[in-house]
Amino acid sequence: MTPILSVRQVAKRYGQRYGCREVSFDLYPGEVLCIVGESGSGKSTLLSTLAGKLAADEGEVTFRDVNGTEHDLLTLAEADRRRLARTEWGFVTQHARDGLRMNVSAGANVSERLMALGQRHYGELRATAGEWLEKVEISAERLDDRPSQFSGGMQQRLQIARNLVTKPRLVFMDEPTGGLDVSVQARFLDLLRRLVHETGIAVIMVTHDLGVARLLAHRTLVMQQGRVVEAGLTDQILDDPQHPYTQLLVSSILQA
Amino acid sequence: MTTLLIDAQNVSKTFVLHQQDGLALPVLDDVSLQVAVGECVALVGPSGAGKSTFLKALYANYLVQAGTIGIFHREGWVDMVAALPHQIVEVRRHTLGYVSQFLRVIPRVSALDIVAEPLVEWGESLEAARTVAGTWLARLNIHERLWSLPPATFSGGEQQRVNIARGMIAPRPILLLDEPTASLDAANRAVVIELMREAKARGAALVGIFHDEATRDTVADRLFTVPLARRLDTAKELTA
Ligand SMILES: Nc1ncnc2c1ncn2[C@@H]1O[C@H](COP(=O)(O)OP(=O)(O)O)[C@@H](O)[C@H]1O
Ligand SMILES: Nc1ncnc2c1ncn2[C@@H]1O[C@H](COP(=O)(O)OP(=O)(O)O)[C@@H](O)[C@H]1O
Ligand SMILES: [Mg+2]
Ligand SMILES: [Mg+2]
Repeated sequence: MTPILSVRQVAKRYGQRYGCREVSFDLYPGEVLCIVGESGSGKSTLLSTLAGKLAADEGEVTFRDVNGTEHDLLTLAEADRRRLARTEWGFVTQHARDGLRMNVSAGANVSERLMALGQRHYGELRATAGEWLEKVEISAERLDDRPSQFSGGMQQRLQIARNLVTKPRLVFMDEPTGGLDVSVQARFLDLLRRLVHETGIAVIMVTHDLGVARLLAHRTLVMQQGRVVEAGLTDQILDDPQHPYTQLLVSSILQA
Repeated sequence: MTTLLIDAQNVSKTFVLHQQDGLALPVLDDVSLQVAVGECVALVGPSGAGKSTFLKALYANYLVQAGTIGIFHREGWVDMVAALPHQIVEVRRHTLGYVSQFLRVIPRVSALDIVAEPLVEWGESLEAARTVAGTWLARLNIHERLWSLPPATFSGGEQQRVNIARGMIAPRPILLLDEPTASLDAANRAVVIELMREAKARGAALVGIFHDEATRDTVADRLFTVPLARRLDTAKELTA
């Protein structure tokens, strides 16, 4: 199996300071990878750099598309990056307002990527959007409502639908459960777990919640001060952590 | 030689506890074990000897510092010590099952679906997998009215039986079992013993830890004493 994403020695600086540095890993199709670490450790910086939202200062990121063509993400032309972002990637943000268009309907939010791919048939777009709302446990009757009328949990589920509707192969998520109540979070994670299983997408998810990593991720990267201090199978990292910082992290939670 | 399914050689494992001033706790010291098709090996040794640690090392849940852990997967050997995470996931899915001491519940997922999941991962349809899962739960005396509930509220014994069903439903060639009958009554223990016998009969290699000798003597072909690493003094100091 060849990796869908290869990351080598990636670094991103803010002025003189590194947001993240010396990050290397391979991600394989269908793999779910969690990035954990305390606030300020560089998780979001790394995620945005991998997704091409921030320009890396060092390193290499190679993405293999559905045809097996390799793209060097750090030198990719903006137009090509946009095309990949539309067709092959998704990005789910912590705050729904950053990932949704709040001033158009839920249906329009879901349809947007389909339209960007050239689908124009109104009836079909509406039908697909309705199906996806149901898939993320939102009644299709809410198709014409705006996201601002939705609860936080519904907004996050709508973001999932908006991203997955075009069947991307790699989805980036930045603390998608961050703002949700625990009970709402359980429902969201259950749904996410199911969709990931069903669609076989690869996911890179930032979370500070080791329980979320345990539930969803095959593999986990632990970040501290911009660097990856430990990487491996999620259950191995949680049950037999090696690095002092990971041991501290694991021992500070009740049970993951 | 061709009938071996597990070939662990010279495995050593030391826990380093960084929160205890980097205290080193050697648990496994040069341990080797081979297990053949259709064979059941029982790990024995006093509490704290490292039986569970060895089982978890075979499953690649614990990292080891030295040695190789060969698992015969599909047509060849995979060294779990050197394998990449996605390869380990693949070996576990198809070849290497593990019945832990406690069920790790998944929020909102019913007992039936928890048990069905390994078959779905094997490519069965959800419906077919649920049907098989039902027969496993029934056999393990989990009442049908519980099937649609998440097992978080089940009794310890019920959770353990759900766990056994989930761990054994996919006929994987290798099964690791950590005290599978610990919280079960005699009737359910007998069911689990029969399930382990059936697994052996289809050619599975089993490595188990059994708290009661009767169960152990019924299913095990061989006992393997996990040798004590040179650490007893340190360990006593730790607990003193
Ligand atoms: N736009 C920015 N400009 C300057 N520094 C930033 C910026 N974004 C993040 N940082 C700094 O980079 C470090 C990593 O931040 P971030 O990636 O957001 O961490 P995390 O997501 O793990 O909380 C922090 O020290 C943060 O203050
Ligand atoms: N994850 C761990 N981190 C640190 N020490 C551990 C861990 N797991 C087991 N140990 C230690 O290893 C030793 C052997 O434990 P274990 O393998 O559970 O023994 P057994 O199953 O034979 O009773 C014990 O001293 C235990 O405290
Ligand atoms: Mg962040
Ligand atoms: Mg034990």
